[in-house]
Amino acid sequence: MTSPAYPITTEKKEKSIWKFLVEEFKPRGKWLTPFNVISLPVMLAGLVLIVFRFTEGLGAVSNVNQEIPWGLWKGFNVVTGVAFAGGAYVLTFMVYILKMDKYHSIVRVTVLNGFLAYMFYAGALVLDLGKPWNIFNPIIGNNFGASSVLFLVAWHFMLYIFAQLIEFSPAVAEWLGARTARKILSGMTIGAVIFGITLSTLHQSGLGALFLMASEKIHPLWYNEFIPILFLVSSVFAGLSMVIFQGSITNKVFAYQLSKDHRKKDNGIIHGLARVCAGALFAYLFMQIIVFIHGQHWALLNTPMGYWWLFEIIGFVVVPLFLFLYSYRNYNITLIKVASIITIVGIILNRLNVSIIAFRWDAAAHYVPSWMEIVVTAAIILTQIWIFRWVIHRMPVLRESPEWAKDH
Amino acid sequence: MSINRRNFFKTVGVAGITLTGLESLGSPAEAAKADDTEFYGFLYDSTICLGCRACEKACAKAHGFPEPEDDAEVGVIRKTSINQRSVINKFETSQGEMMVRHACMHCNEPACASACLTQAMYKTKEGPVIWRADKCMGCRYCMISCPFDVPKFDYHSSNPIIQKCDMCFDRVQNGEIPVCAETCGDALFFGTRRELIAEAHRRISESPDSYIPQIFGEKTAGGTSSLYLSPVPFDELGLNTKVSNESYPAKTKGFLYSVPSVFVLLPSLLLGMHEATKSKQSKNHEND
Ligand code: SF4
Ligand code: SF4
Repeated sequence: MTSPAYPITTEKKEKSIWKFLVEEFKPRGKWLTPFNVISLPVMLAGLVLIVFRFTEGLGAVSNVNQEIPWGLWKGFNVVTGVAFAGGAYVLTFMVYILKMDKYHSIVRVTVLNGFLAYMFYAGALVLDLGKPWNIFNPIIGNNFGASSVLFLVAWHFMLYIFAQLIEFSPAVAEWLGARTARKILSGMTIGAVIFGITLSTLHQSGLGALFLMASEKIHPLWYNEFIPILFLVSSVFAGLSMVIFQGSITNKVFAYQLSKDHRKKDNGIIHGLARVCAGALFAYLFMQIIVFIHGQHWALLNTPMGYWWLFEIIGFVVVPLFLFLYSYRNYNITLIKVASIITIVGIILNRLNVSIIAFRWDAAAHYVPSWMEIVVTAAIILTQIWIFRWVIHRMPVLRESPEWAKDH
Repeated sequence: MSINRRNFFKTVGVAGITLTGLESLGSPAEAAKADDTEFYGFLYDSTICLGCRACEKACAKAHGFPEPEDDAEVGVIRKTSINQRSVINKFETSQGEMMVRHACMHCNEPACASACLTQAMYKTKEGPVIWRADKCMGCRYCMISCPFDVPKFDYHSSNPIIQKCDMCFDRVQNGEIPVCAETCGDALFFGTRRELIAEAHRRISESPDSYIPQIFGEKTAGGTSSLYLSPVPFDELGLNTKVSNESYPAKTKGFLYSVPSVFVLLPSLLLGMHEATKSKQSKNHEND
């Protein structure tokens, strides 16, 4: 089978791959879209602020203080964002382990979202570090603080990014037209999925476990020894709500990429996810109630913090739970989307409550993020969307895989 | 670091405990170990302190900080900061005005050190909890975890430090006593934790009218190296009495112990499920 033409074709191919890459890295489409016009200045401002942050110190841009040392960058970007990225591990579990084939068409885009989210949260983490050049200390092993929950979480972040990269890599291979690589990489998928689910279980709960030692600093309605489990369970519906929400946006924006078949299946997918969300929300509500009764905090309910807690639990757990159930019964896709948005807001509320709002709720000086922190946060999210868009335009994520990659 | 069978089953057992509750994990073995080691520490007798602030000033001078100026005043809580490792505060109590010193408690099992992922925060075998600049990555998780809010971060530097009392570790290593205790000599004593606890109990039993029969730090946070005697309940002196008697690292132990077993059990479970569902499927769905 050794044909003399073989080496020539490789050479040809290599040249064209080079050209192909140059082509692909060029931006495509119109430049002056409303999204670009709004996002570019924010991203530039974010970049300036980041430079400023590294030359002048954290205090120059951030309002964090000695009592509340973690602000928006940790509380929102990391603690909240990771919960939203949970969709990837839940979906890979449903598709690869439980073989719920119905959801297969959205696995790639969810994994891509998860992967980018983690990349950027890791980035936000570095921004927030006072001495980021020492970040290698816990990695190369000269200073293993193995008794630290943060040590565990940091390692899991890193490993999970690799696992997601492997899960996504067949799409990259299809884009580059690398057939052998694709075969090898997709053979690794199931391993990466199992590894990824394990890592996710541990670090989703680990993010909650980070706060276990802050037992007197977090308001008793939010602090309990079950935070890790509550964080884990809520990451299920947080992630899936985000999948529903993001899906409905991407499907509009990138409509041209979707096959008819895909679009038809879409409502069925959302409908199915609603049921899972409702189930997870129910389990979560049940746990919250048990924990509350166990904690015997009845008296605290009739305080401002108590009202705030009730607002979170009733408005953002009970209400979406019923909305999901109702819209699932009546096959009301719009209502499911509404429910997912309420759930998303609720998760933001919950994570910010644990990490910022109810954290040292009794301190004299409260933490309110500075406008600069908000701009940087927005810039990070927008950059992530830019990269997401770049990938969607080029790789078979939403659209069908090329013919050659289809049935193997 | 081979995992033997016994340890493995212990880990799995602990994982079970995690789900039911963490309180059961006080880890008495570790507490006993901590008691065996001769940690150094301070005994501060608030009935004797006059509030001259000599300790505070001596500390500042020894570590090259600007001299702390404002006097202790009732109603004003002065805090340790990026260039002040200890402060004297004045409180109006049920026994009249009282002075009290606040600085690092040097816990036997410090929350900050167990929180630190680089071991920059470190409990030395001599007792002082120290911070090491070359290891720290500035994540401030130590500050989140410390129940006494001791570590202070320099928010206005591109190469920040964490400031805290280190019990004058370099002096302790050379057999000297910390600057503050040396300066004071009346109300602030330095010694081994064991001696100091004995001394504190002696004082309480000799003049039971002058003290409440408790030592702040003997049990607090699983035991600390800084010990306080007081004639009034400790919260009147601004000491954090909400702090539990359980050691703080114990609160995360249950979670951390469950990690290895999850890492063994969950993947095998997932693989099993994968295999089980696979056989139900037609062949051509196998990949992807
Ligand atoms: S800020 Fe430094 S000392 Fe504190 S936990 Fe982080 S790495 Fe350790
Ligand atoms: S032990 Fe040293 S560092 Fe700590 S308060 Fe006393 S003088 Fe200051």
